[in-house]
Amino acid sequence: MNARIQHVELHADDDGLNPGDVMLKVDNVSLSFGGVKAISDISFDILKGEIRAIIGPNGAGKTSMLNVINGFYHPQEGVITFRGKARSRMQPYEAAASGIARTFQNVALFKGMSTLDNIMSGRTLRMHKNFFWQVLHFGPARNEEIEHRLKVEEIIDFLEIQHIRKTPVGKLPYGLQKRVELGRALAMEPDLLLLDEPMAGMNLEEKEDMSRFILDVNSQMGTTIALIEHDMGVVMDISDRVVVLDYGRKIGDGSPEDVKNNQDVIDAYLGVSH
Amino acid sequence: MDFLYSILIDPFVQMVELPDFLLQVLWEGFVAGVLYALIALGFVLIFKASGVFNFAQGIMVVFAGLTLVGLHEKGVPAYLALILTIGVMGLLALAVERFVMRPLVNQPDIILLMSTIGLTYFLIGFGEFIFGGEPKQMITEELGLPTGSTAFEIGDGGLLILQHIDVAAAVIAIIMVGMLAIFFNKTRIGRALRAVADDHQAALSVGISLNQIWAIVWFAAGIVALTTGIMWGARSDVSFALEIIALKALPVLILGGFTSIPGAIVGGLIIGIGEKIGEIYWGPLVGGGIESWLAYMIALIFLLFRPQGLFGERIIERV
Repeated sequence: MNARIQHVELHADDDGLNPGDVMLKVDNVSLSFGGVKAISDISFDILKGEIRAIIGPNGAGKTSMLNVINGFYHPQEGVITFRGKARSRMQPYEAAASGIARTFQNVALFKGMSTLDNIMSGRTLRMHKNFFWQVLHFGPARNEEIEHRLKVEEIIDFLEIQHIRKTPVGKLPYGLQKRVELGRALAMEPDLLLLDEPMAGMNLEEKEDMSRFILDVNSQMGTTIALIEHDMGVVMDISDRVVVLDYGRKIGDGSPEDVKNNQDVIDAYLGVSH
Repeated sequence: MDFLYSILIDPFVQMVELPDFLLQVLWEGFVAGVLYALIALGFVLIFKASGVFNFAQGIMVVFAGLTLVGLHEKGVPAYLALILTIGVMGLLALAVERFVMRPLVNQPDIILLMSTIGLTYFLIGFGEFIFGGEPKQMITEELGLPTGSTAFEIGDGGLLILQHIDVAAAVIAIIMVGMLAIFFNKTRIGRALRAVADDHQAALSVGISLNQIWAIVWFAAGIVALTTGIMWGARSDVSFALEIIALKALPVLILGGFTSIPGAIVGGLIIGIGEKIGEIYWGPLVGGGIESWLAYMIALIFLLFRPQGLFGERIIERV
């Protein structure tokens, strides 16, 4: 019961945005490593409440784009505006604090820790009791720990991973690890969730489960989602709008239907004789 | 035949003949082991969170002890000096994070190791510059630590003598280890520390600030160093020679594993007790003085059979 109330409170302070408003805007962003251009002059936006897919052949700059959005990379040119605030350089933990969570292409979990601890680590930014109480593990710090544990249990129920609560995640099969990683990102209660190939290496059934979770997160929690995915069937099914990259440039942007019929996109995927 | 007898049988005969003396040796070994464990703990803390082997841990022990005694010599009351020293270790942690760790982030481990060697020489120079190079007396009594000793009678006429400061050292070390264990396993910051140790990128993505975590571990290592400095200092002197003793932590770490707190404790005890027993019962066979290298030998033999240490994480590398 408590957990429910807290859930509502935590979301109340969030943003002044209505569904459909621009949440994140990428303007003329370019990123290069030495002489290699990973991203050239890309602009697109993500609207509140939508599922936005970023697709493209290997090496198109999709993951670099996510890394720019959550502060791992600093673009040489361009501006990123998140919830009305423009920024050029931002550290990853600042991005996290402003409401951006993400998962990684090659699962990046804390392998020695249990599922529970992994997801609890997502609550880091929402726990505030000071160092002193933490060291003593007493009083306020302990109550806070219990409070957040409730929220984490909610996420564990949501993702149907109750049975692996105490298992060290290094021992879990890949599909479940991906799910735990999603859980950790959800524990941050982000406004914007970035998913880097959430379905890579999964079988059909696992993909269906994951699609369902993504749709549920989007509709039930109201989380805006940007995802990179190679499975076109999935992308076309679950995303509202799609942006297509190739060789670091944007070659298509629009509804799944538009993108599917875009000649540039077809050429990029199928190859074209010059 | 004689030689074999003196190696394989005679030492044990001696142990049985003088059980009180054996107990005394075991106790001495235990106390030394506890102190080794404390030093090793400082290394483990930093290694766990940042993968850096902190060569400067030994000099931090000396530096903390010197600061404490030096402040007291300048007329600061003992307890205030203790609090101020904790503050100084905090400042040191912040400075190390800002001027050593942060500029070197993402560099290979060897570079970070070199930087801690640099830090060692800086602290030696800085410490000598401010407090002078002479050995100093630890302010044991002023800090309210017990002195003196108690003798227990064992069996018929045997004696076991316990130095009170040794008992205090053991108790304090145990409390410290307990608190660290809870801190690491049950709290947000502890979880963040383990997270950073596991995966930097993932830790950043959930909003953990590496800079903050590093400052915290260096501070924790500083507190451990201060405790060690007080305890070692009370048994001998506070001098730069302590830095060499700190290198005894190396065999302890090899034995216990670089990432394990329980390993540091068990490793410390094995080394402490092992080298005392070795020195007393086997030492005379080769003319004594084996205490200084026996620990490294034990560690070397261990390396052959269990390179990850007793409790270390399994090293599995993909090739």
